[in-house]
Amino acid sequence: MKIVFVLVLLVVATVAFHLFSPWWFTPIASNWTAIDTTIHISFWITGIVFIAVNLFMALAIYRYRYKKGQKAQYEPENKKLEAWLTGITAVGVAGLLAPGLFVWADFVDMPEDAPVVEVLGQQWHWLYRFPGEDGELGRTAPRFMSPENPFGLDPDDPAGQDDILVFSNILHLPVNQEHKVLLRSEDVLHNFSVPQFRAKMDLVPGMVTNMWLEPTRTGSFEVVCLQLCGMAHHAMRGRVVVQEEEDFEQWLDAQPTFAETRTTEFRGDPEAGREHYSTCAACHGQEGQGNKAQNAPGLASLDRHYLKRQLSYYKEGIRGAHEDDTLGQQMAAMMATLPDEQAIRDVSAYITTLPDQPAPETIEGNASRGERLYNNCKDCHGKQGEGVYTTRAPRLAGQHDWYLKEQIENFQEGIRGSHSGDMYGMQMMMMSKTLQSEQAIDDLIAFINSLE
Amino acid sequence: MTHVAIADQPEEEEHHPTSFIAKYIWSQDHKVIAIQYTIVAMFVGLVALVLSGFMRLQLGFPDTFSFINPNTYLQFMTMHGMIMVIYLLTALLLGGFGNYLIPLMVGTRDMVFPYLNMLSFWMYFLSVLVLLASFFVPGGPTGAGWTLYPPQAILQGTPGADWGIVFMIASLAIFIIAFTMGGLNYVTTILQARTHGMTLMRMPLTLWGIFTASLMGLLAFPALLVSAIMLGLDLLAGTSFFMPALVSLGEQLDHTGGSPLLFQHLFWFFGHPEVYIVALPAFGMVSDVLSTHARKNIFGYRMMVWAIVIIAGLSFIVWAHHMYVSGMNLNFGFFFATTTLIIAVPTALKVYNWVLTLWRGNIHLNTPMLFAIGFIFTFTHGGLSGLFLGNVIVDVPLADTYFVVAHFHMVMGVSTVMVLFAAIYHWYPLVTGRMLHEGMGKIHFWLTFLGTYAVFLPMHYLGFLGVPRRYFSMGDTAFMPESAQTLNASISVFAIIVMVIQVIFLVNLVWSLKNGPRAPRNPWGATSLEWQTPVMPPAHGNWGHALPRVHRWAYDYSVPGAAEDFIPQNVPQEGSGRPDDGGQEEVKA
Repeated sequence: MKIVFVLVLLVVATVAFHLFSPWWFTPIASNWTAIDTTIHISFWITGIVFIAVNLFMALAIYRYRYKKGQKAQYEPENKKLEAWLTGITAVGVAGLLAPGLFVWADFVDMPEDAPVVEVLGQQWHWLYRFPGEDGELGRTAPRFMSPENPFGLDPDDPAGQDDILVFSNILHLPVNQEHKVLLRSEDVLHNFSVPQFRAKMDLVPGMVTNMWLEPTRTGSFEVVCLQLCGMAHHAMRGRVVVQEEEDFEQWLDAQPTFAETRTTEFRGDPEAGREHYSTCAACHGQEGQGNKAQNAPGLASLDRHYLKRQLSYYKEGIRGAHEDDTLGQQMAAMMATLPDEQAIRDVSAYITTLPDQPAPETIEGNASRGERLYNNCKDCHGKQGEGVYTTRAPRLAGQHDWYLKEQIENFQEGIRGSHSGDMYGMQMMMMSKTLQSEQAIDDLIAFINSLE
Repeated sequence: MTHVAIADQPEEEEHHPTSFIAKYIWSQDHKVIAIQYTIVAMFVGLVALVLSGFMRLQLGFPDTFSFINPNTYLQFMTMHGMIMVIYLLTALLLGGFGNYLIPLMVGTRDMVFPYLNMLSFWMYFLSVLVLLASFFVPGGPTGAGWTLYPPQAILQGTPGADWGIVFMIASLAIFIIAFTMGGLNYVTTILQARTHGMTLMRMPLTLWGIFTASLMGLLAFPALLVSAIMLGLDLLAGTSFFMPALVSLGEQLDHTGGSPLLFQHLFWFFGHPEVYIVALPAFGMVSDVLSTHARKNIFGYRMMVWAIVIIAGLSFIVWAHHMYVSGMNLNFGFFFATTTLIIAVPTALKVYNWVLTLWRGNIHLNTPMLFAIGFIFTFTHGGLSGLFLGNVIVDVPLADTYFVVAHFHMVMGVSTVMVLFAAIYHWYPLVTGRMLHEGMGKIHFWLTFLGTYAVFLPMHYLGFLGVPRRYFSMGDTAFMPESAQTLNASISVFAIIVMVIQVIFLVNLVWSLKNGPRAPRNPWGATSLEWQTPVMPPAHGNWGHALPRVHRWAYDYSVPGAAEDFIPQNVPQEGSGRPDDGGQEEVKA
């Protein structure tokens, strides 16, 4: 008898949970409202079946529970009833399928003339590309990929020269404009998904996949990778900023074309950078070797892209803006000496010409325990802590250990990486939490110290 | 030599094994092999259960336990899934229940290839050893997800890409060999060794489920075998079946021209039938449990049989519903959504017929029946959420979210396990001669049933929110409110409660072996042949000197005019019985 009561209660509780659940679809931000409609239809049809079947079962158990002397009915089959049930079920299924296929036909039907945006997934971040003035994306292939050409564009393809490259996890799109989204990966499977857009699609190496959508309201929406892509899958996030057409155009204009990224200007002029560096040298040392007394990390071991990115973050208030980040605030203040983007490029280029010398060790720990902890770091930062350009992770080997420790602690506390513009920092915030004691940090650093 | 049906072959002298090793280790007795399968499958299932506990600890209480990190999380997840689907469910349902029940239910002495049957178990045992060994190799087991999708399954950046994946591939290959030897046996025994009068349309639905599932396994597992071998070649021999040109963590690899989607097609050509390889035996067994304990014939037997066969056939042409957003040609969506939703019709009919079996029955609410009712409830829920995911456009927002996790756990995890428990409580007296403790059984049922529902019902709603599956941690994400984390913690608490109370079940299994009340012969008053052996538990050779003769279908419960509320299949016809059961009338010898 308890089971009858529980079955009825579970049906009521399930319906109540459904009606009052605070966990429900995010407010939609794209044209795919029809998808939500098909889900509502599905809920009605399946909900009725769920309630009917289970309440009927509860009734059956209630009425026909064991009683001494009661005899069950002997009825092997009832063709009429079975035919009716088949028919009703078929109608229900058709009621689900027909609207579903109707909307799917729309999903499959790419708008011919819609502007194109390409999403490039890489372990474990996003990059984006627009076709530029010619409206055509240039050819790509994995073999063209290099630190200077992370998109893998064919340098000889004229169609690719004006392609606009977005070196960031953050994509901007104009509101109320249909877009053809081409999806590409040069390493493993990924899936580009913005919950508020409803649409999603896998990225498959070796081919280009596609989908289409029209953002229908402005705002900032998170991108999550939804196809398991390795160790840091959960940290592969991005953002789509949907804005008015003119704001979008302004943002797009600020992004470099492929041709521009191949100029010496874009790569930075070490000679011009030398002059800017004189201010930096006061703390970071003439050879960028770093100085513990000044809390200044070593710079010479870092690659140009990482330096450039961090300096830009300081400049834009993405890094060094947290109220508890006093040292970062100092650095942000010093950015006044680098007047513009070009100065940042130049000084970054200069720093990479400085001789690389490993910093002295100041932290002791158990390096073999640290090696196990480094297992969670090695895929991005490299087996030897050398840094990996496709993951955009900096070199660790040779860096001052006290600085590494300070940064890990900053990430753990959200002093660094919590700014919405610092999505690589966000990854480090997530990953640094695997180090759950100071001893663990010391052990890890002891291992990094042992790397060449 | 002309063919002589097994049931007509003259009795040879029976060779009963005498030594301990021949009886219990290198045994060729299907009943011993079944128990061997069951013990190993349950052990490895417990390992997988603990692994899911680790995942729930991390999801409910992020970054609290230092042994759970992004790498180990993925490894726990992968091994949990693979073990549960293949090494627990497939092995226990077919290797365990299939082995025990087939020869008894069809009325023969053993499988037709007993030696092969023994090999099947030992190969399975080996595959489990190889699988578990991967926990101890450098880098640990693979963390590629149970789907093992390339390229990432064999590339750096995925845990276990050096050794773990090799062990996984090897273990799968060995398992498939084991399954093939077992599956051929099950199919052949059911086709060739049925006793006199046991027509196909008189077989209990348990046999129909196991028979169809075994056939499906023989057709589907080769797809997994070839994909595993090709994956292994890509990894070890540098071929490019599934590997296009790519740059892995900054390094140019030599592969070129392969297709990751090819793997997915092969995998799901196995993977979707696999769902039914697990589900169909469960469908069959639950039908028999329901019928026996409701004292009523299964409603619409023929429809139930045909539904099993149709589901099995259709399940081979729905595989790409796992790939709607995989990047395959989008037009495939029309076809696969249609075939997938058509499967809902025979499946729904089975649910109706189970419920209609209860209607006008005389329902004994004992533990097996409670679990069977729990099955109908959770299977209905899981089946209906499947209609969301099968309907291609509805799948788009839900794919790869917790909705999928909730759906397949409800339908393949919870409801199948409900049947396994029902079946164990039902057949334990036959196997051991003892009854399980009813009080412990009921506590086990209530906590498991309510606990798993509290785990998986809310999980669907995390999916609507868009919470991604296979995430080590959610981080700070605007679209996931704080309350989602609270919900995750609550799910974890319920999950851990459900895990811990399985101890009651294990204690019951062991305690009752010695202390359970002695089971009377045919304690449930069942009609099918396994309960009609001369001694219970059945001895080696099952039937003593003469094989049973079957005179009726397996569901003569509460036949009007009969003295008792059941007539076993081997009782001669006396005017009652299903009028059109298709069995030939016996020529009296």
